[in-house]
Order: sequence, then structure tokens, then C-alpha cells
Amino acid sequence: MAISRRAIVLAAGAVLLALVPPVAGLLNQPFYVDLFRRMMIFAIAALSLDLILGYGGMVSFGHAAYLGIGAYAVGILAFYGVDNGFLQWSVAVAASAVAALVIGAISIRTSGVYFIMITLAFTQMLYYLGISLETYGGDNGMPLRTRSQFAGLVDLRNPSAFYYLVLALLVLFLVLGRRLVDARFGRVIRAARSNEPRARAIGFSPFRYKLAAFVLAGGACGLAGALLANQTEYLTPDFMHWTRSGEIMFMVILGGMGTLFGPVLGAVVLLGLEDVLSALTEHWQIILGPFLVVVVLFAKRGLFGLVEGEVPRDG
Amino acid sequence: MLLVLEQALNGLQYGVMLFLMAAGLTLVFGIMNLVNLAHGSLYMVGAYLATALARWTGSFVLGGLLALPATLLVGVVVEVVALRTLYERDHLDQVLATFGLILFFNELVAIVWGRAAIYTSLPPSLSGSFVLLPGLRYPTYRALVIGVGVAAAVFLYVLVTSTRLGMLIRAGASNRTMVAALGVNIRWLYTLVFGLGAALAGLAGLMAGPIYAVQPGMGEQILIQVFVVIIIGGIGSIRGAVAGALVVGMVDTLGRAFLRPTLSTIVSPAAADKAGPALASMLIYLMMAAVLFFRPQGLFPTRGR
Repeated sequence: MAISRRAIVLAAGAVLLALVPPVAGLLNQPFYVDLFRRMMIFAIAALSLDLILGYGGMVSFGHAAYLGIGAYAVGILAFYGVDNGFLQWSVAVAASAVAALVIGAISIRTSGVYFIMITLAFTQMLYYLGISLETYGGDNGMPLRTRSQFAGLVDLRNPSAFYYLVLALLVLFLVLGRRLVDARFGRVIRAARSNEPRARAIGFSPFRYKLAAFVLAGGACGLAGALLANQTEYLTPDFMHWTRSGEIMFMVILGGMGTLFGPVLGAVVLLGLEDVLSALTEHWQIILGPFLVVVVLFAKRGLFGLVEGEVPRDG
Repeated sequence: MLLVLEQALNGLQYGVMLFLMAAGLTLVFGIMNLVNLAHGSLYMVGAYLATALARWTGSFVLGGLLALPATLLVGVVVEVVALRTLYERDHLDQVLATFGLILFFNELVAIVWGRAAIYTSLPPSLSGSFVLLPGLRYPTYRALVIGVGVAAAVFLYVLVTSTRLGMLIRAGASNRTMVAALGVNIRWLYTLVFGLGAALAGLAGLMAGPIYAVQPGMGEQILIQVFVVIIIGGIGSIRGAVAGALVVGMVDTLGRAFLRPTLSTIVSPAAADKAGPALASMLIYLMMAAVLFFRPQGLFPTRGR
């Protein structure tokens, strides 16, 4: 029963997302293509965080770092006239993965509250680094010279083409994520989350698996950063602000952590909510803050938990 | 040389403020096992209340004295309304819920006092400077901050080591169930400790007002540095908070003051101009990474945790 309900919701979600550009065109509201593309970009970021947070049990409060590194990789290359998208996006992913390797290698040696604070502190360090990069706009950031070029394959200046590219990437990440989580690798990191000494006792080295997951998540989030730079056509250190990390984390929790579709749902709902609330009042955060507290206190399984119904926790 | 001394005093002054924040945060974590991101909000509330009360009473000192119990009260209300239910939850829930509180407080402050930064003016008796050594004048107010901070640290030390309340606090940190079984109302003990931490954060905030800008979000800038302090010192340890705060305060201040001139003697001045400020703002985080690499539990790890 649960499976079919879930399948229906997923299919409906995919169809609805695919229908956004034509419907927005029909209603003459191009703004919605922009909004939903933004939601999907953040969905990729939240999805990557869920791999380490929901499945790996690593509470990283610094995921915005990779968003920023990915965005700056694209922005800085474009600044020097390199606008080949294949190159830009590869560099974005590679740079984020390397940063994740360094940060992860130090942070994963610790656990619990240390891990939370260290990931947060490292991201703050990168944020200050971004501010001090005067050549690239410093505090104010800088405009992206031009959107990434893909040798005529996809034209990102076309809002719908860009939209479907992001949708395709999101679907790709969902499929890859499913396979990764179900594979031996995914089982080991889940085992490490639920009982690390036991995982070690049966002969695995959790550190390596956790670090690998951390690096994968960082690289995927770097791609989201590259997309975000193209989306906003402007990059600022604010991409790496710690509240951004909190937001991505909230998307995962709101949607339901440890589920692949939860973070997507969370990103859509949170950004949608922000959009509605900020239209209502300038002080929308005074509503969002208590909302967050209430979700944490009373709806820990997230929205996707409601969709899935009763499913035993893996572990 | 005098310049180095002056900057070292500034580092001490910053370290003292970091300690006031870190002490509350580390106590709350050590005793209630609560990660409280909203600790920075209490610092901000303290700064705003002091500024507003100083305007209302017309006296800077009176405003500060009134802001202290007011911040304590805000802390108690926050604990009773929101945080009490979080003690038994995991750290992830605590982080997210207190993150929600930060959004709430920043916006509340913006609604009441506006988003623009407020600068507090000092009374004439405090705004001057005095001769510390021949050839070195030091601002009176910064010296006062150091004095108040050291006094607060001594007060805290005496409170924790040689009063009945301090005994309960230490007992609560090592075994809360046993303390409750012995007939101590552990709930009120928690509320009291949280209020104490809030008052210390408020004290740091109200002293920060005249030195830094009072604005929404000011709490988080210092909060993340306070995290670095307690990571370096070891979470839950007051001694660690003292050591960490002094180290971070000194390194950050001296780094900002002297890294660029030092670099320019090694590399070209142009390169130093570029790399100096960037490196200076990253220095404490690099130091944190180095400490963690060798001692993942910090310099003064707490036992039994």
C-alpha cells in the first residue's frame, strides 16, 4: 500500500514540475519558472546534505560552503573569460569535493556537537575568505559575466531550457542517490550511523566510508552551487552564510530526512513558503522562525513521512 | 613595542568578552547537554536592552545595570517556553529549533528598533583614555571592560567551586538523575543555570554596545567565534573556556593588527595587502583545525563524557 501511494505522489510530482514552464508561459508569469528552478537547485543541495545527514548521521552545519565554492568556481572562471560550461561545472564539482575532503578529514575525527560546530566554523572561515576576495567583489559580490556555455547543446539563457536541464539533473541525482543508498556503500554508512562500534567490529572502517559520503555530498552540492550562480547571475559571499546552511538543513528536516524525496519536497515547500510570507510582510522571518521550532518539536518525520504513511525506520 | 602591548590589551579585552559568552554556552552544554545557537541572540538582546534603557534613564551605567536582570528574565522565559522540551532531544533538533529562535529574535529586534546599526555614546567619564605607561594611553572604557570581565570570571569561579548552588551545578553536570533523586528540583536548577548564562551573554552584549555596532545579527558574528573558543578549550569545561577565549581573543586581534606588516617583510607589500586581511580573518579557524587535529576533544577535555 505504502509503495503505491508513494509512487503516485512521485509521479505526480515529476509531472507537475515538468508542467511548470508551459503553464507559466500560458499564464504569462515567467517568474514561476525562475522560482521553481531555484527550488530544484536547492533540492539538489538538500538531497546531497541528506546523504550525509539522513543516511550517514553526520550533522553538517556547513553545507552552504560547497554551494559557495561551486558558485565561485563558475564565477571566477567566467571572470577570466572561461565560459565553457563543461569545464566550469567540472571545476566546481572538483573544487567542492576537494574542500569537502579537507574539511571532512578533520571534522569526521570528531563527533556529536563538535562535528556540528566545526563544520559551521569552517564554513564561516570560507565566508570570510569570500569577503576578503576584493578582486571578485569582496563583500558585495560580483555579477556573473555570462551564463555557462554548452557548445550549442543547451542554451541557459533560454529560461525553459535551463529549467529542464535542472529538472533532468535533479532526476539524475534522485536515481543515482537511490542506487547509492541501496548499494553496499549506502548500507555501510547507514550501519555506521546506527551503531559505529558494531560496524567496525564486522570489519568495516566507518571513517573511510563516511569521508567518501562527505566528499560525494560536497561535490554534488558544488554542482548545485554552479547552477545557483547561473540562476542568480550574481555571486556573493552570502551563498556561504551560515544561515544558508541552516536553511538547507531545515529543508531536509521539513521534507523528512533519510528519504530521498523528502529533501526535494522540503526545498519546494520552504522556498514556496518564503515566497508567500515575504509577499505578506517584510518581517516574514518572525513567522518562519517559530514555524521551524514547531516542526522540529512536533513533526520530526517531516512532510514525506505523512506521504509515506507507516514505514519502519531502517537501521 | 608599545603598539604590541596596546594590541595585546585589546586582545585581552576581546578575550574577556568571548569568555563571558563561552562560559554560559559551555555551562548550558555541560549541564543540560543543550546546544544553544540562540545564545548569540541573548547577547544581542542584552546590547539592545542596555542601549534602550540607557536612553530611557539617561544614564549609561544605570541602563547597563537594568539590562542585566532584564536579559536574565528573557533567558528564563526562553528556557521555560521553548528550550525546556529540547533537553532530551538529539543535537540536530536542538540546533534547528534554536536556529528558528535566532530568526525570530533577529526579526523581533528589527521590528522594534529597526535594521540600521545603533551606536551608543559613552558618558564623558568613560570615553577618555588614561596613561597606562609613559607613552601609552589606553581607552578607559576598554580597561573597564577588562576589569568587569575578570571580576565576572572570578565571581563565576567562586560560585561554581565554593557555594551550595555551585555544588548543585557540578553535581547536575556529572549525574542529573542522581541529583534529582536526592530531592533537588532539577528543573529549576536548569532554569537558573540558563538564566545565569543568559545574564553573562547579556553582560557581554551590553559592554559590546559602545565598541561595536548594535544591529540585528550581531550575536551570530560573535557566536561562531565562541564556538571556536569552546572547541579549542573543550566543551563543558570552564577552564577550557578561559584558555580558549584568551587564545582566540589574542590571536584574532594580534593577527588583524600585525599579520599584514609581518607578511610584507616576507613577500611583496602588494601581495601582503591582499593576503593579510584574508589570512587574519581565517587565522582562528586554522588554529582550531590544528588543535583538533592533535586533540579532537580540545585542550581541556571534560571527564566522563
